[in-house]
Amino acid sequence: MERMDAVVVGAGLAGLTCAYRLACEGMQVLVLERGDHPGSKNVTGGRIYLRPLRPYLPELWDKAPLERQVTKEVITMMSAGAAFTAQFTSDKFREHSYTILRSRFDKWLGERVVERGGFIVPQRRVTDLLREDGRIAGVVSEGEEIPAHVVVAADGALSLLAEQAGLRGPLAPRHAAVALKEVIKLTPPVIEERFGLSPGEGAAHLFFGAITEGVFGGGFLYTNQETVSLGLVLGIDSFLRHPAARETHAIFEAFKGRREIAPLIKGGELVEYSAHLIPEGGNKPVRQPYTDGFLVAGDAAGLALNMGITVRGMEFAMASGYLAAQTVKQAKEKGDYSATTLAAYATLLKESFVLKDMETFRRSLDVLENPRMTGFYPAWVCKVMEDVFWIGEGPKQRVSFTIWKGIRQGLFNLRAIKDLLRLRRI
Amino acid sequence: MHIAVLVKQVPDSEATVQVKADGSGVEIEDRYTLNFFDSLAVEEALRIKGQGGDVVVTIITLGGQKGVEALRTGLAMGADQAVLLDDPAFAGGDEYATAMVLAAALKGMQVDMILCGKEAFDDSSGVVGPLVAEFLSMPSVTSVVKIQLAPDKGSALIEREIEGGKEVIKVSLPVLLSAQKGLNEARVPPVMGVMKAMRAEIKKLDLAAIGLPATVVGRAGSKEEILRYHRHPQRPAVTMLQGEAADIVRQVVGLLKEEAKVI
Repeated sequence: MERMDAVVVGAGLAGLTCAYRLACEGMQVLVLERGDHPGSKNVTGGRIYLRPLRPYLPELWDKAPLERQVTKEVITMMSAGAAFTAQFTSDKFREHSYTILRSRFDKWLGERVVERGGFIVPQRRVTDLLREDGRIAGVVSEGEEIPAHVVVAADGALSLLAEQAGLRGPLAPRHAAVALKEVIKLTPPVIEERFGLSPGEGAAHLFFGAITEGVFGGGFLYTNQETVSLGLVLGIDSFLRHPAARETHAIFEAFKGRREIAPLIKGGELVEYSAHLIPEGGNKPVRQPYTDGFLVAGDAAGLALNMGITVRGMEFAMASGYLAAQTVKQAKEKGDYSATTLAAYATLLKESFVLKDMETFRRSLDVLENPRMTGFYPAWVCKVMEDVFWIGEGPKQRVSFTIWKGIRQGLFNLRAIKDLLRLRRI
Repeated sequence: MHIAVLVKQVPDSEATVQVKADGSGVEIEDRYTLNFFDSLAVEEALRIKGQGGDVVVTIITLGGQKGVEALRTGLAMGADQAVLLDDPAFAGGDEYATAMVLAAALKGMQVDMILCGKEAFDDSSGVVGPLVAEFLSMPSVTSVVKIQLAPDKGSALIEREIEGGKEVIKVSLPVLLSAQKGLNEARVPPVMGVMKAMRAEIKKLDLAAIGLPATVVGRAGSKEEILRYHRHPQRPAVTMLQGEAADIVRQVVGLLKEEAKVI
């Protein structure tokens, strides 16, 4: 049987980018995907930041099926009955970040791979690594042995292959979250009117506070071309620590029913519902993302980062897939697929924005998962604002006094000062 | 021995299919697959080939790009060659016109056995196979669940499903057999097979190649015309009965007698 140059496991962004680059270099590449087609198994918010990626795949972006360019950033802090929203727009936010529907984007990227001569075979689960003389020499899919010079594991946050290759342990609950997402169909004019956007422009809206009912996480809403993606992310570890927490779908329904959300999706038609395990970030990247005949990329390599204002995974996935392809190409030129040659991948990652950003934000999750971040502080902000705007039967105190009183009560204690200091880690 | 398998790409059972508002047609989500019964036919051909001897399996379909996908699935499973009947003149044909084209193409192929699914998952008409046999003046047996080829390959013992049992038939070759559920379990194409199939060349036959006049194929050659499609009637609103169990039973009995008039 012929030996492929590379078998890529998983047709997500990391896998497809890697396969695309390999195919462009004229190498024999096969992508195996568990879902019905690339993108079918995926739950991403989602928005993608193009600036870091443009240098990698310059020829792709102009034709890529992206949704709207995000020109409006909105953050809402919520208490049980109130919400405080901050909104930011900037002329600078052009071609910066785009909303994205992965089922559409991944399918398209898959077509580019096939166009360049790569193979994508969906509905195939890779169960094992194929080993020859102890060295990884391909994969086993439902009993069928598929030999390859290099296996690129891009099989997602749970990456069983990276585990089998001995490069990482199982994903810890702390680093995983369950994401629920609904894609709700509206029309472009309705979206533009409701969110105050011009055609082609989009909004990214984050929610945190009481909506997650004490569990670490938050909500998001992204405007696509003719749909909105509304979702909720709940940290698994935190969820386990809240035995009284309601079922995820009940929390999600309550979120949808909030006064701040319901009018935004009113009259929309639910076209897609999904729930999936996603990486929460904060996990350390796989220390050694390579071994003999084996590379690991994207979420599988632990490349996801919770920066508080956004959880980034897609750019890291694409960049790491690209760099994995560069490494495989070099290995082929040398005719040596051993760990010694493939170690170049680790160096490339280190020199790229991927590991630099991972390093900068490596302790951000410690700060964010502080229960007061989703509990006390949003509620506190809402309470202060309520007091500022409230005019009751009695005499009203000066606004400056109300705010000062709120700050004294909320922030003048050791715990809050510690929390503030810890914010430096983000 | 030459076995031809007639296949069709149909909407996946999970694809959403909606009748257009004016009833002129249906809108189908872009999720297609090889017709289930056809996959049994391909499998059976491959099993006969697997029994040994010089057997060639040819997969045939009529249609454009979607047809190619059906052919590639057949090739991925292990068929030897694939033929696409493709010509603008073939478009819009009913079962009669479709069978006419298939039969004309098969006439030049020297086949000993034609296998097909007992019906397509989408329109469930189930007549193209028998019509092809008719046009080729060969016998056909439908809803086949077992095929046992005689050692000389001149005849076969066929089991077909009938109401409440099975019918055993001896038939001489060449013959057309349509596959029913139970004939076998179709293999999942191996990854290597899929890759080979993606690269395989597919032979195309157009109107000129099969030597038929344009008047007997496609819409021009059709005997039937689909006038409209109907949606399933909307289910009426549900009434929830409230109260004690004994009361509810009384209400249900009353409704069954007076509204539903079934008791």
